[in-house]
Amino acid sequence: MIENQGRRIGDNSDPAPYDFGGAWQPSEIELTRRVARRKRNQRNALIAAGSSAVVIGSLIVVLVTSPGWIALRDTFFKWAYGVEILPKILLGFTTNMTLTVIAGSSVAIIGLMIALIRTSRTPALTPFRFLAMIYVDVFRGIPMLLVILLIGFGVPALQLKGVTNNVLVLGTIAVIITYSAYVAEVIRSGILTIHPSQRAAARSLGLSHFQTLRFVVLPQAIKRVTPPLLNDLVALIKDTGLISILGVTDAVRAAQIQTAKTFNYTPYVMAACVFLAVTIPLTRATDRMLRRTLERQNAQGQA
Amino acid sequence: MSTPVLRVEKLRKTFGSEIVLQDISFTVPEHTATVFIGASGSGKSTLLRCINLLDQIDDGVIKLDDHDISGADIDPDEVRKKLGMVFQSFNLFPHMTVLENITLAPTKVQKVKNEAAIHEAFELLDRFGLKEKADQYPDRLSGGQQQRVAIIRSIARHPRLLLLDEITSALDPVLVNEVLSTVRDLKGEGMTMVLATHEMGFAKQVANEVCYLHAGRILEWGAPTAILEDPKHPETREFIKRVHEAGRL
Ligand SMILES: Nc1ncnc2c1ncn2[C@@H]1O[C@H](COP(=O)(O)OP(=O)(O)OP(=O)(O)O)[C@@H](O)[C@H]1O
Ligand SMILES: [Mg+2]
Repeated sequence: MIENQGRRIGDNSDPAPYDFGGAWQPSEIELTRRVARRKRNQRNALIAAGSSAVVIGSLIVVLVTSPGWIALRDTFFKWAYGVEILPKILLGFTTNMTLTVIAGSSVAIIGLMIALIRTSRTPALTPFRFLAMIYVDVFRGIPMLLVILLIGFGVPALQLKGVTNNVLVLGTIAVIITYSAYVAEVIRSGILTIHPSQRAAARSLGLSHFQTLRFVVLPQAIKRVTPPLLNDLVALIKDTGLISILGVTDAVRAAQIQTAKTFNYTPYVMAACVFLAVTIPLTRATDRMLRRTLERQNAQGQA
Repeated sequence: MSTPVLRVEKLRKTFGSEIVLQDISFTVPEHTATVFIGASGSGKSTLLRCINLLDQIDDGVIKLDDHDISGADIDPDEVRKKLGMVFQSFNLFPHMTVLENITLAPTKVQKVKNEAAIHEAFELLDRFGLKEKADQYPDRLSGGQQQRVAIIRSIARHPRLLLLDEITSALDPVLVNEVLSTVRDLKGEGMTMVLATHEMGFAKQVANEVCYLHAGRILEWGAPTAILEDPKHPETREFIKRVHEAGRL
């Protein structure tokens, strides 16, 4: 029989075998610690607020009192004018968004395929592995603007039959070609970080090479590289503005047209704000996701 | 006597110029367990990986149910369907729940219906006291629980032969026992097994035969009591003595 090992709930008949001291009260020491901690927090908040006020305040003062301020304000920040032309810029921005969606999904598929080719070991794929490597090296190494110019103006110059001269289509293709190279590398690095023991476990369960990739390696790899892929998405959104060089009326081009009319640069600032409205939330979300991933990995004691 | 489940003849394995295994011959009859002991680096893991065709052998023959699985025209995927392997480091899939870990191979490889696979997975989890963990991800389980899930994962496919590679050496002593009792249960149910282990006490309990591996050769083999209590070979005696001193018998 078990005797008197602690008390059952509601059993008040016998004296308590141990004195647990009743309900917990914070000790003297803990109370002073809390007071000190609160004081320190208040002081830190005060310092942060104070320094922010001083720095931002002086920036504003310097800006507003500088001799060119009035001219600057009228050329870059003429809000009434900005609001007036905002619809035109937003209309242009729908082109950027459409392009992002089309190019983004194509890049996801092509980038994944190239990553798979580069990480495969099948002898039949050897020439493709080699070509994929060259492709990635080349397009990661040239400015995208050059690719856009080469394809957007170069292809029509060839006057090939059956090949489109539509600059929007050609520009999109240039973006896809460049970004597929970036994304392929990101996915490939994700695949390479999956420990070989995961493959060994999958293969020893009888899964084929393809099944191992499909069910074990890729899901883990993609999850791991989601934050860098989102970074690339942010970069893609703003880089769609580059195809304005071909004369496509996107947000950048729309702003340029307005600026050319009035010699006022507020449209550019408005276009910048439109891009920021989309990219900043995405960047923050990416940051949060990255932090969460790192926290989880650290909790598991992985590097 | 019926044909053994596994027969290994004159197996040899090298990594470059290093001979890791040579002249390895042994048989594993049905419903028995053969345990390999030996110092670190003696080649235990390599041997199990060779049987599972994860590593290519350099000479010799491996037969599963009298069928040569080391031939050049053998499809390793087909062979591995009949073998189960559990690793020292568990190797559960971290992105899948316990249940998904267990049902992956039955549904994708053996093409069992989803409901049937889930049903059997629950039965196994229940039997080994892990039913409440079915929907957890592996990183939420203790080491011992993870390893037992890994064992369940490999037996859910009804392997002809189960290969266990030092499945307890990443665990602390309390957890070791729960994993070992799982293996004892399997032995009781007639599972045929090959094990590599550092746990001599465990070897004594489950082994029908113990092989002492030294520098890539089977130096001594026989009944567990014979090898562990009265080894003939000085090398074996030295090894057993060192294990004694380390307090793992
Ligand atoms: N992939 C490899 N390439 C080269 N050498 C290897 C490889 N794998 C194992 N070896 C070598 O083979 C030998 C046997 O290794 P193995 O892992 O089989 O030993 P073990 O008996 O399992 O040791 P432990 O008890 O530490 O697990 C070691 O000397 C090791 O260095
Ligand atoms: Mg080993």
